[in-house]
Amino acid sequence: MIWQQFQGLIGSYPLALRGLGMTVALSLISLVLGTLIGFALGIVRTGSNQLISRVIGAWVDLIRGTPFLVQIFLIFFILPELGIELDAFTAGIIALSNLAACFICEIVAAGIRAVPNGQVEAALASGLSRRQRIQQVVLPQAMRMSLPPLVGQYVLLIKDSSVVSAIGLTDLTRVGWLVVQRVPNGLLVFAIVGVGYFIVCYPLILLARKLERRMGTAHGEVQL
Amino acid sequence: MLENFSFRTIAEYLPLFGHGFLATLWLSVVSFAGALAVGIVLCAMNLQRSRLSKVPAKIYIDAIRATPLLAQLYFLYFGLPRLGIVLPELVVGILALSLNSGAYIAEIIRAGILSIARGQVEAGIASGMTYMQRMRLVVLPQAFRVTIPPLLGQAIVLVKDSALLSLISVSELTRAGQLLASDRFMPAEGFITTAACYLILYYGLKGLAALSGRWLGSQPMRSRT
Repeated sequence: MIWQQFQGLIGSYPLALRGLGMTVALSLISLVLGTLIGFALGIVRTGSNQLISRVIGAWVDLIRGTPFLVQIFLIFFILPELGIELDAFTAGIIALSNLAACFICEIVAAGIRAVPNGQVEAALASGLSRRQRIQQVVLPQAMRMSLPPLVGQYVLLIKDSSVVSAIGLTDLTRVGWLVVQRVPNGLLVFAIVGVGYFIVCYPLILLARKLERRMGTAHGEVQL
Repeated sequence: MLENFSFRTIAEYLPLFGHGFLATLWLSVVSFAGALAVGIVLCAMNLQRSRLSKVPAKIYIDAIRATPLLAQLYFLYFGLPRLGIVLPELVVGILALSLNSGAYIAEIIRAGILSIARGQVEAGIASGMTYMQRMRLVVLPQAFRVTIPPLLGQAIVLVKDSALLSLISVSELTRAGQLLASDRFMPAEGFITTAACYLILYYGLKGLAALSGRWLGSQPMRSRT
């Protein structure tokens, strides 16, 4: 019986590889998009325009206040009603990138706010333009502080990508769900799925810890 | 387009959403209580000197943090019957949420305890206090102040995570939205109402966190929310 189950599991390894590929693709694409958008939003959020800053803040609050599952459903089912046709993969990318961008925006904004005012004043006194001040003085220092929570955020992103299985994308979690219909051993199947995520996430968790220790930031800032 | 957004249908389904709101609320409260228990035990194990209690706690915490809640939920949902344990979906869901959040809470409490200045503990030792006395009278009262804001942050995460229970057909808030979406083919009405209900819970907890921050004189919430 156990032997049969093993055979069933080994037989479904192409499916598992496809699932792993889907999880990696989703995470990587939305990680890059989310980081770029998040940084841009974070810089604008700490800028001088109060109105835009408020709007971004409100949007971030909306995203932080609702479950990711509901966000995916909203994007997947409502955008088509607005006349925008999209497949599950695109919907997943949009939802994940948006989520990542909102959290990264707050991380970057917090990093920028933590740069002492004297630094900006010194840059002003040295006659640097706004662009130079941000590029050469504020961001390098803000990066130092943002890096550990940023890596932590990537771990969350990879884990959240499992939720897109709810709209039918065949990612690692969905593969587990499919396999368990044929091989009735949930403990074994989802232990293997867990190992798949663990292999990707654990090195990142260790990296975040190492960075945090090296940067000497206070603990408890972001829980992985 | 959304020009035929039907408030009437939402009104019709309002009792269902009310029911879902209350279900999400109380299952979150129960899960959070469970998570606190799990977290305190894990943290106590982790702070011991003996490796025999430390290592299992560390492995558990890392395993939980490196895998998605959904996979953990399915692990219990499909795995427990295999062990001959057949539980209702709701119980499986609460169990999964408690076991998951417990790992994060263990780390929050640990960070709180470790944030107490070394001199405080040394002063306790110098005053001739036993280990239990030092913990009870010196460390824990101070750690309590530090841990409340991140604990509330974790509560917010837990409420949002509880939406995943709809995937194993527990009838809660997200499930109510799904029902409206599939019965009437009105996903916009269903999920926007669901999102609005979660926002009520979110702002409630966020307000509580800000309030507690002011009471305890510590900084406002800075945890993952």
